Amino acid sequence: MDRPAIVRKFGPELRNILYILHELQDRNPQHYVAKEDIQACAEYLNVPYSYVHGVATFYTMFSLAPRGRNIIRLCDSPPCHLMGSTSVLDYLKGRLGIDVGETTADGAFTLELASCLGVCGVAPAIMINDEMYGKLTPERVDGILEERRKGA
Amino acid sequence: MNTVRSHVLISIDAGTIMAGARAVQAELVEEIKRKGLSGEVAVLETGNLGVTGMGVVLVVYPEGLYYANVTKEDVAEFVEEQLLKGRLVKRLLLTQAPKRYIIKREKTGLTREQPRIVLKNCGVINPESIEEYIAAGGYEGESKAVTGMTPDEVINEVKRAGLAGRGGAAFPTGMKWEFGRKAPGQEKYIVCNADEGEPGTFKDRLIMEGDPHKLIEGMVIAGYAVGATRGFIYIRGEYGLSIGRTERAIADARSFGLLGNSLFDKPFGFDIEVMKGGGAYVCGEETALIESIEGRRGHPRNKPPYPVTVGLWGKPTIVNNVETLANISEIVRNGANWFKQYGTPKCAGTKVYTILGHVATPGLIEVEMGTTLRDIIYEYGGGITNGKAFKGALVGGAAGAFLGPEMLDVKMDFVSLKEYAAALGSGAILVMNEGTSMADMLSSVLHFFKHESCGHCVPCRLGTARLVDIFDRVVESGAKNGELDRLLQISSVMKDTSFCPLGQSLYMPVSSALRYFRDEIAGS
Repeated sequence: MDRPAIVRKFGPELRNILYILHELQDRNPQHYVAKEDIQACAEYLNVPYSYVHGVATFYTMFSLAPRGRNIIRLCDSPPCHLMGSTSVLDYLKGRLGIDVGETTADGAFTLELASCLGVCGVAPAIMINDEMYGKLTPERVDGILEERRKGA
Repeated sequence: MNTVRSHVLISIDAGTIMAGARAVQAELVEEIKRKGLSGEVAVLETGNLGVTGMGVVLVVYPEGLYYANVTKEDVAEFVEEQLLKGRLVKRLLLTQAPKRYIIKREKTGLTREQPRIVLKNCGVINPESIEEYIAAGGYEGESKAVTGMTPDEVINEVKRAGLAGRGGAAFPTGMKWEFGRKAPGQEKYIVCNADEGEPGTFKDRLIMEGDPHKLIEGMVIAGYAVGATRGFIYIRGEYGLSIGRTERAIADARSFGLLGNSLFDKPFGFDIEVMKGGGAYVCGEETALIESIEGRRGHPRNKPPYPVTVGLWGKPTIVNNVETLANISEIVRNGANWFKQYGTPKCAGTKVYTILGHVATPGLIEVEMGTTLRDIIYEYGGGITNGKAFKGALVGGAAGAFLGPEMLDVKMDFVSLKEYAAALGSGAILVMNEGTSMADMLSSVLHFFKHESCGHCVPCRLGTARLVDIFDRVVESGAKNGELDRLLQISSVMKDTSFCPLGQSLYMPVSSALRYFRDEIAGS
């Protein structure tokens, strides 16, 4: 990936740091902010590496570890919790054979917890990459995983 | 202009897209073409129709019939029966719709009273069409303010209307603007807080998805009143559709000369940029949000000075919630007296709520301030699912208050709830039925706060962790040694000593849960 070209899409002002990090992460084949990404961003904005590292680790949408092709973010805020997100989480862990924060061996899925995704009307909900899925049941989870595995 | 005999409005919002609305829409257009009805029936895209969690939702006009859970496979039958032969497709018809639509617009009996100011155009116009917004009276408020009123007149009108901030703090909007106007400085900013992260709240998302121009118009008027020339809308990164529609609306408003330099040939100009957040609950706090826009970790700042005097890049800054700004154009257009006919004497206007949890019809409603919790749950939310009994509600999100059945008849507005040590907050109402474990729900709230504490100040960073530790033990083996009093004590200290509202607000859910459900929680 051509990091200098990616960062140059935005002006070299500090206020663009979240945009730059979002873009670097989206372009990274492993969907994370790598050390090289932080370095490129820091050089472009003329701030210390530690500064960019601090920002990237503060916001939950950025990951500093490589992730799978499908990043599952399961909401466990009170509304989803009430509607059964814990069972969905247990089911996902079992089906994927991974714990929260881990990636499947084939690199297809990473499982993460998220705070409220703002689609509480269809709780319990998950977000996979940019797509939302709601009203989850074990059967629906199977279908979604199958679909994403094929699509990815 | 071609006239058609029937319109089908399809709701395209994050919830219906999930259920396949785009595919249904495409199939609908194709099927109408195949049946040769293209000249007679028009398919229009709109925002949320007030029904959530029921798949793809359509409305057929002029009949005003609501259809829900429509799939791609249903389209052929729907077009054949409803559109060609004029017969109802009963299995998809939404017959037991809750009291959630505007009374005047439809006559089918499905529709009852819901005064709509903020959501006036949601589910009515195409949010991606500035022409439709203008046809619905849009940008009249901006034009009236900029061409016919002085900034002070605008501020006075908003003050007289009694509009209070809808983000949760309920600070009088007109007063905030006045402070901003009087603050010394040449450059000032309007920031819209669209970092909607309070669990159970998605009203701002549906406003931006359903009627983004209303927000833009409100911001321009705010800019005119305060003397600002630039605005920023900070939208949480997860809200892809909101970001897209708001950006498009900004571009359209610019090309129509409603945003940019010398608006209406006056020396006033205003422009807006969208900022995409990174996923941090604390950024909903106004000074943390400002830090985030500037490109830093979203840690809150010391207050005072407040953002109205020292805000974004050290300049006077007004931070308003989406719903607050969405009220502005109607107030300016129709006047303060019109606005005050809604709500209570102390709390004017309407409130947009999201009703969730164990209710028959979860979703979005806009009702007058002062509507009781009972009405909201039973009239607008369709009652408790499966005929079960009401046990409690968490009102105002995770930072809100648990309310027991004895509170069902309390009036929901900023002033009344304060008397009961509760708050309206963001307007999320999470309803729990008799089978719910309150200990489990409180535990979920505590875990949420532990995760979202930003780590900036000690009381919140350590307090949230200790509360979780203690309460996990209570859930495990019951409260034996004064654990519940410890919870109250810790959260009370956090209330007094935390740096920002995040840590300060935990006392409300903890104390209210123990007020109404102490015995149950102790025995868990």
